[in-house]
Amino acid sequence: MIECIDLTKRYGKFIAVDHLTLQMAERSALALWGANGAGKTTVIKCLLGLLRFEGAIRVDGLDVRRQGRAVRQRIGYVPQELAFYKEMTAFEMAAFYARLKGAPAERIDPVLEQVGLSEHLAKPVGALSGGMKQRLALGLALLSDPPVLVMDEPTANLDAAARSQLLQLLAQVKAAGKTILFTSHRIEEVETLADEVAVMERGRLQFTCDSTSLAQRIGLRTQVKFIVPGHEVERALEVLRDGGLAARRNGVGVIVDVSHGEKARPIHTLSRARIEVIDFEVE
Amino acid sequence: MNITVIWTLAQKELRDALRNRWFLLYTAAFVGLSLALSYMSLAGAGIAGFAGFGRTAAGLINLVLLIIPLMALTVGAQSLAHEQEQGTLAYLLAQPVTRAEVFAGKYLGLAMSLLASVGLGFGIAGVVLAISDGAGSPAAYVGLMGRTYLLSLAMLSVGVLVSAMSKRGGVAIGGGLFLWLTFVFLGDLGLMGTALTMRLSVGQLLWLSLLNPLQVFKMAAILDINATLDLLGPAGIYAMQEYGQRLRIIFLALMAAWIVLPALAAYARFQMRGDF
Repeated sequence: MIECIDLTKRYGKFIAVDHLTLQMAERSALALWGANGAGKTTVIKCLLGLLRFEGAIRVDGLDVRRQGRAVRQRIGYVPQELAFYKEMTAFEMAAFYARLKGAPAERIDPVLEQVGLSEHLAKPVGALSGGMKQRLALGLALLSDPPVLVMDEPTANLDAAARSQLLQLLAQVKAAGKTILFTSHRIEEVETLADEVAVMERGRLQFTCDSTSLAQRIGLRTQVKFIVPGHEVERALEVLRDGGLAARRNGVGVIVDVSHGEKARPIHTLSRARIEVIDFEVE
Repeated sequence: MNITVIWTLAQKELRDALRNRWFLLYTAAFVGLSLALSYMSLAGAGIAGFAGFGRTAAGLINLVLLIIPLMALTVGAQSLAHEQEQGTLAYLLAQPVTRAEVFAGKYLGLAMSLLASVGLGFGIAGVVLAISDGAGSPAAYVGLMGRTYLLSLAMLSVGVLVSAMSKRGGVAIGGGLFLWLTFVFLGDLGLMGTALTMRLSVGQLLWLSLLNPLQVFKMAAILDINATLDLLGPAGIYAMQEYGQRLRIIFLALMAAWIVLPALAAYARFQMRGDF
């Protein structure tokens, strides 16, 4: 469905994307994973025809450079930075983009209902919360019912509740059979949405892998902070270290560095040693 | 080109202009001053009340030369650069639209808003003059309105060109204001200085001054009202003797060039840009 062949983007001497080649099957979900500056957003912008590039990108067999409009007709785009006309209401905004996309006006109400904005249609976009704006962006992307959804860090600016709400919506969209390409640096987002992950670093594709094995492949580690009774801190450190965990003291607590997917292990270790865990926090 | 896309964008642009307080301020100033000017034209001659169409038209030339370029240049300069700075232009271009449609839609919307502003200024003053039984030919007045609109389009094209070459709204507005100063004030001063130091002939001086669209407008408007350019001095007399009534075509062609060429250059620049 989406094909990047030898995609390269240069800004003068700086190479933002370096000979990237990857393919996506129809109805699959691919996450572009990488730190800031890895080139993820640049790939998306090239795909949308917003940047000039070397190499080729094809969507549904159409060339991005020569058949830009037809390509974008097949793509719903959710940007990282929401750039809306703030004085328009949510409904006016949807009506405006529906006309640009050639989507029938009858699609507006059901789509806005799908993203949970039915009760906020008359609100100016500037007055919507971050989560609502992001859901509006998703709604706008889905107006013409495109086969492909492209999202740039879709949950980057959201709080935990709004993030969870949006991820549920996106899971529904995925289940409806859309091809989804998105950039992310949140493991839970990748594990929820993606089938496959393309890991990028400094513009280069490092490897692709199954989304469930990403954490292991990149050696993703998580810090868990435990609060235990003051007189038990030294024993907790000893027990955890004896159990093969990297633990260190942090004020009144203990910090343990664990692999992704092993966050419960220190709790079991402490529990077996009958050390009370008063509280814990995952960072 | 998809006409629905162009019209949708043009309507949005028109709505935005009508919400823009600077645009409304310029329009209000233009309307107010047009009315005041038409009233004072005769007051200066010792007669109270509104002057006729012809006299008011003559008085309006200087007002148009000052306000319309300022309005059209700043509105044009804001168009693309401001949206790029806000990020809305990139989002717009990520939709199934072409750059040609976005450019055409924006230009059309701004052109319509300028037409509304010019029409409002001339229209209100014209209605008041008609009610006050203003003497003179309304044709000269309507002709001046048409030429004013062409001037506003020429300045809009220049403004949009500045906008297409800028990435930031503030820089584009600064560029627009600089060009306004150049066209309105520095153009005349530069021309006088050049004429003195280079010892230009009258013909050279005429053509040099015609490089400024404001001068083209002024000469065309004076020719419409007076049927001669004698009051412009030697250059005006030379122009009448050399070109006669062909001047009307020359003025129209020059104004058309000022509308089309900067707009084409702006479109080419917008089309070539790959940094959204």
